[in-house]
Amino acid sequence: MRVVIAEDLALLRDGLIRLLQAYDFEVVAAVDNGPELLRELIAHRPDVAVVDVRLPPTFTDEGLRAAIEARRAVVGLRVLVLSQYVEQLYARELLSDRTGGIGYLLKDRVSNVAQFIDAVRRVAAGGTAMDPEVISALLARREADRPLASLTAREREVLELMAEGRSNSAIAARMFVTEKAISKHSNNIFAKLGLEQSETDNRRVLAVLAYLQN
Amino acid sequence: MSDPPPQTRAPHGLGARLALVALALPLAVLAEVSIALFVIWIVGVSTLFVGVGIALLLAAMLGTRLVAGLHRQYASRVLAVPIARPYLRSAPGAGPVRRLSTVLTDPASWRDWAWLLVNATVGFALQILTFTLFIAGVFYLIYPFLWAVTPRQVFSSPFGFYTINHLADALVLVPIGLFFLSLWWLTALPIARGYARLAVSLLAPTKGSALRARVSQLTTSRAETVDTQAAELRRIERDLHDGAQARLVSLGMSLGLAEELLARDPEAARSLLAEARAATTSALAELRDLVRGIHPPVLADRGLDGAVRALALASPLPTTVSVALPGRLPAPVESAGYFAVAECLTNAIKHSRARSIAIDIGHADGRLQLRVRDDGQGGASLAGGTGLSGIQRRLAAFDGQLSLESPPGGPTEVRMSLPCELSSPRTSPSSGTA
Repeated sequence: MRVVIAEDLALLRDGLIRLLQAYDFEVVAAVDNGPELLRELIAHRPDVAVVDVRLPPTFTDEGLRAAIEARRAVVGLRVLVLSQYVEQLYARELLSDRTGGIGYLLKDRVSNVAQFIDAVRRVAAGGTAMDPEVISALLARREADRPLASLTAREREVLELMAEGRSNSAIAARMFVTEKAISKHSNNIFAKLGLEQSETDNRRVLAVLAYLQN
Repeated sequence: MSDPPPQTRAPHGLGARLALVALALPLAVLAEVSIALFVIWIVGVSTLFVGVGIALLLAAMLGTRLVAGLHRQYASRVLAVPIARPYLRSAPGAGPVRRLSTVLTDPASWRDWAWLLVNATVGFALQILTFTLFIAGVFYLIYPFLWAVTPRQVFSSPFGFYTINHLADALVLVPIGLFFLSLWWLTALPIARGYARLAVSLLAPTKGSALRARVSQLTTSRAETVDTQAAELRRIERDLHDGAQARLVSLGMSLGLAEELLARDPEAARSLLAEARAATTSALAELRDLVRGIHPPVLADRGLDGAVRALALASPLPTTVSVALPGRLPAPVESAGYFAVAECLTNAIKHSRARSIAIDIGHADGRLQLRVRDDGQGGASLAGGTGLSGIQRRLAAFDGQLSLESPPGGPTEVRMSLPCELSSPRTSPSSGTA
């Protein structure tokens, strides 16, 4: 798989390159600023880009803006955004086109290598990877939401993992139950929240995220 | 004594002139009576060390400031300009002796005394003049009537040499009445304005006293700012010391131990490494919270507009935000405005039992204008150490103001404003619901 990396701190950039190469990704470009990132993304059309939010020249949300712009220019471009902080505002902007192939994670999630690589692969495959912090903030905000309150503890756990972007089989593996049990839970969840059931994992994830965000 | 509301037009016309004449005699009497205050001052100062002096001075001070305040109101209305109180504020928490000495050494107090003297002479003369012209005019105008309804001899020789035998003789005096009345009509407003200007020259704040008042206000707010900053730095230092630093120390220990155990007991080393990784995660989480409290990244990225929208997104209550700002503001103003709005929002969420909150941000009159409204139960107050009075204090450092409207039963509205000069006058309104 071909990857473009954007990270301005050399130490972290080299770390990311080594990590991804160790897992057989091909790093086609590694840049340290927004304008260059946009150029490389459009030129290389990588399978996935791993992008830091804060980049030169402005040291604001340059990376995020470049990623969103590149996704407009290159339809279906897959981007995993990394940041020291997760902001719901940014999560909303990244998800606004409802097409998937997007990830938004805290930088320190990289230290859990297996999970990080899993997230990169998920995004590259057109799926979604949302940081648990984003999801728990979304859920905390909807304290007064009656349909959400009607979920059982187990269903709520499934919902959280699903909103992060995990497939049914991944959730089943994590909760040590069968995939059949998970699909039963998810049917209940969708019925309670009044959502359309859909076949593909990713469409389901996006539906849940859209529900939590509005 | 509060300032009257500034009027757009100075008084004019018949009503105003009649009001001025009605005030003339009371003002003249007040001018003479208030001389007593001056005398009490003198006696008070000379008997200051006998003890009774302090009581006399206090009485004289209260009286003088009351009289001066009345004249300020009068002058302010006549000239249609607001006149501020020129007095120095004594330092907060000063004792009665310090307060008294502040009053005694305040140049504005001395100018008040000078006013008492000037008012008793020039002021008195001016008021009596306008009063006399009016009374004389009316008197001669109705002279024939007076002559007719009173017994002979009472009004029969008005000037001593002129004798009135018939009504026609009395009618001759009517033009004299008209003359005095027109004189009064012409001079009433100039005299009142002259008197008001005289009052302003002694009672309004001089440039010096206005500057002194400003300096003392700035001194107070600077001291508060320095204290807040110092407390903030101490808090940050403590948080770093007890949080991230301590975690990094234990992380180093775990890694060192893992290194030791690597050859002998790889299993134990592995679990130590997992522990170390968990420690980095929690150290980072602590640093994140700390940085958010200092300067939220989204504020640095997106400015006040984006940062407040991010706040609204995280709010558990439906919160609408509308922003009309001509671009990015200076960083200190942005940060002060952000934390003020954040605090109001937290207050509303915690205490108001509101169903929804609305935040409006704009720029008018060279100030950043912030408004946070909720439809809750109301009854919020600025008293005591509530969050709102804390915001008020912090805004004061920027010359900012906070006003609160929160009747029992709601709704509550907090209005805040900060001076903030902008170079570009373009405004791009935008609004949305979170």
